[in-house]
Amino acid sequence: MDPNIIAAAAINGLLLGGIYTLVASGLTLIYGVLHIINFAHGSMLMLAMFGVFYLLTLLGIDPYLSIFIMVPAMFVLGYLLYKGLIGRLSSGKDENILLVTLGLSILIENLALMFFKGDSRTILVSYSDTMVEVGPAFVPLPKLISFGVAMALCAALGLFIQRTDTGRAIRAVAKERVGAQLVGIDVDRIFAISYGIGLATLGAAASLMMPIFYVSPTVGHVFVLVAFTVVVLGGMGSFLGAVVGGLIIGLTESFGGLFLGESMGQIGISLIFILILLFRPSGLFGTKT
Amino acid sequence: MTSVSELKPIPWKLHLSVLAVAIAFPFVFPSNFMVNFGVMALFYAFIGQSWNISGGFAGQLSFGHVAFFGVGAYASTIVQLRLGVSPWLGLPIAGLAGAAVGGAIAVLSFRAGLKGSYFALITLAFAEVLRIVSNSIGITGGGLGLLIPMKIGAQNLQFAERSGFYFLILALAAGSVALAEWMRRSRFGAQLAAIRENEDSAKALGINVFAEKVKVMLISGAIGGLGGCFFAQYFLYIDPLIAFGTDKSIEMLLVSMIGGAGTVYGPLVGAVLLALVSDVTRTLTQIQGLSLVLYGALLVVIIAFLPNGLIELFSRKRGRRPGSKT
Repeated sequence: MDPNIIAAAAINGLLLGGIYTLVASGLTLIYGVLHIINFAHGSMLMLAMFGVFYLLTLLGIDPYLSIFIMVPAMFVLGYLLYKGLIGRLSSGKDENILLVTLGLSILIENLALMFFKGDSRTILVSYSDTMVEVGPAFVPLPKLISFGVAMALCAALGLFIQRTDTGRAIRAVAKERVGAQLVGIDVDRIFAISYGIGLATLGAAASLMMPIFYVSPTVGHVFVLVAFTVVVLGGMGSFLGAVVGGLIIGLTESFGGLFLGESMGQIGISLIFILILLFRPSGLFGTKT
Repeated sequence: MTSVSELKPIPWKLHLSVLAVAIAFPFVFPSNFMVNFGVMALFYAFIGQSWNISGGFAGQLSFGHVAFFGVGAYASTIVQLRLGVSPWLGLPIAGLAGAAVGGAIAVLSFRAGLKGSYFALITLAFAEVLRIVSNSIGITGGGLGLLIPMKIGAQNLQFAERSGFYFLILALAAGSVALAEWMRRSRFGAQLAAIRENEDSAKALGINVFAEKVKVMLISGAIGGLGGCFFAQYFLYIDPLIAFGTDKSIEMLLVSMIGGAGTVYGPLVGAVLLALVSDVTRTLTQIQGLSLVLYGALLVVIIAFLPNGLIELFSRKRGRRPGSKT
C-alpha cells in the first residue's frame, strides 16, 4: 500500500484521537474520584452538542466561542446533577449507580428525541471546508483546531489537578476518601466538583466537534463504547492513560477502516475493549486494584 | 436485592390464575391489535426472564443480553434458509446457539474475574462485536439482513391467525416462569442468591461460584436464543441492528428491573407495563420517545425507592397483616 495513504490515515487517526481523549478525560476523572462509571456520558455529550447547535443557529454564536458558555454550563449541570440525584443514590453497590446513570441516559436521550426529533443535524461555518496541508495529507481546518485545543485543554486539566488546591483535594479524595475527610476536605463538595468538571470537558468537546460532526439524539451511542475503551485502555482514573488511549483508539479506528473496510473496521475498538478487560484490566497506566 | 417474594411461597392459585387470564386473553380480545399487544407483552416477558435469571437471580448485571437473542435469531434463520431446516427444529437450535454464546461469554469474563459494572460493560462490547460481524459477513446477509419467505402453515411456524403465535409465546413464557419458580425453590437458586449477595462469602460456604455463574449464563443464553427464533419467525425479518442493537439489551434489563429483578413474575409485570405504556402513549400522543422517557425515569425511581421492583407493591399488600414484619 502507498505509504502516503498510510501516513494520511495515521494523521487522521491521531486527529480523531484528540477528541476521544477529551471525551474520555472527563469519564476517567469521574471514575478516578467517585469510583462510578458514568453511563450517561454519551447522552450528556449529545446534550452539549445540541447546546452548541442552538447557540449558533438561534444566537449566531460561533461554535469555538461557545466553549466559554458550554464549559461553565455543563459544569453547573454536573454539579447540580450530582448534588440532587447521583450523590444521593451512589451509596451501596456500584451496579446501582451504573443503572442510575443508564436510566438518566435513557431519559435524556428520549427527551431529546421528543424535543429535537430524530434527524441528524450539522452546522455550516465559513471555515468548514478550509483544508490544510499536513505532510502527505489534506486535513479540514476544524479537525486540526479541535485536536490542538483538545490537547491544550487536557494539559490544562492535568495542570489544574496537579497544581491547584482544588486539584490537590480531588487527588486526595481519589486516593483516600476517609483520610481526606479527616484533614478537613469537604468530600461531598469535591465529588460534585469532579462530576461537574467531568461534564465540563464534554462542553468543550461538543464545541470542538460540532464543526466536524453531526448531532442527533442518539449520537451519544457512537461515543459511549469508544470513551469507555479509551478509559479502560489507558487505565481507569489515569489522565496520561486517557491521552495515550485516545490516540491509540483514534489510530485503531482509522487503520481499521483502511484495512478492514467501513463495516468490519469498527470491530477494533470493541475487541480492544474486550481484550483489555480480560487480560489487563488495569490498562496501560492504571494502578492494579 | 433481597426479594420479598423469595421469603414467601407463591401460592399455586396465583400461578393458575395468571395462566388462566393469559389463556383467556385472545378469546376475550380477539382483535389483531390486542392479540399483537399480547404477543409483544409475552415476548418481552420471555426475553426479560432471560435477563432476570442471570441479572436478577444471580446478580450478574448485563448490558449486552441481546447477544443471545441475536445469535438465536440468526442461527435458526440461517439453517432454515440455507439447509431448509424447519423453524420448529430451529427453536432448539436457537436455544443451543444462545446457550453456547452465553457460556462462552461467561467462561471468558468470569475466568478473568470480571464482576459488577465491568461485566455489564464487557457484555455490551460482545454484543457490539456480534453486530459488527453480522453486518460485515455474507452468511448473515450483511446490513441488508435476512428475509424469511412467507409460507403460511403451522408446520412452517407461520400461523394464519395471530393467536397461533400468541399461544406459542405463551407456552415459552409459561415455561420460563416455571423455570424461574423452580430456581427460586431449588438449591441452585439458593446458591445463586448467595453469590448475588456476597460472592466471597458464597465461596467461603463452599459454593463453586464460577461453575454456578457459568451454568446460569447457559440457561439465560438458551432463553434469549429461543426468543430470537420466535422474533424472527413472527416478523419474518432480521438485520444486525434488530438482532444485536443496544435497545433490546436495555429493554430486557428494563422490564426485569422495573417489574422486579430476582422475582418470578417481575419480567411479566414489567413487560405488560412496557407494552401498555408504549401502546397508550403512541395512540394518544404520537410523541416519539415518550414511553422511554417514562421508563428511564421509572428506572431511576425504582433504584432509589423500590429496589425489588413494582412487584414489591403487590407483595407488600399481600403480606401486610397485623404483627407481620414486612
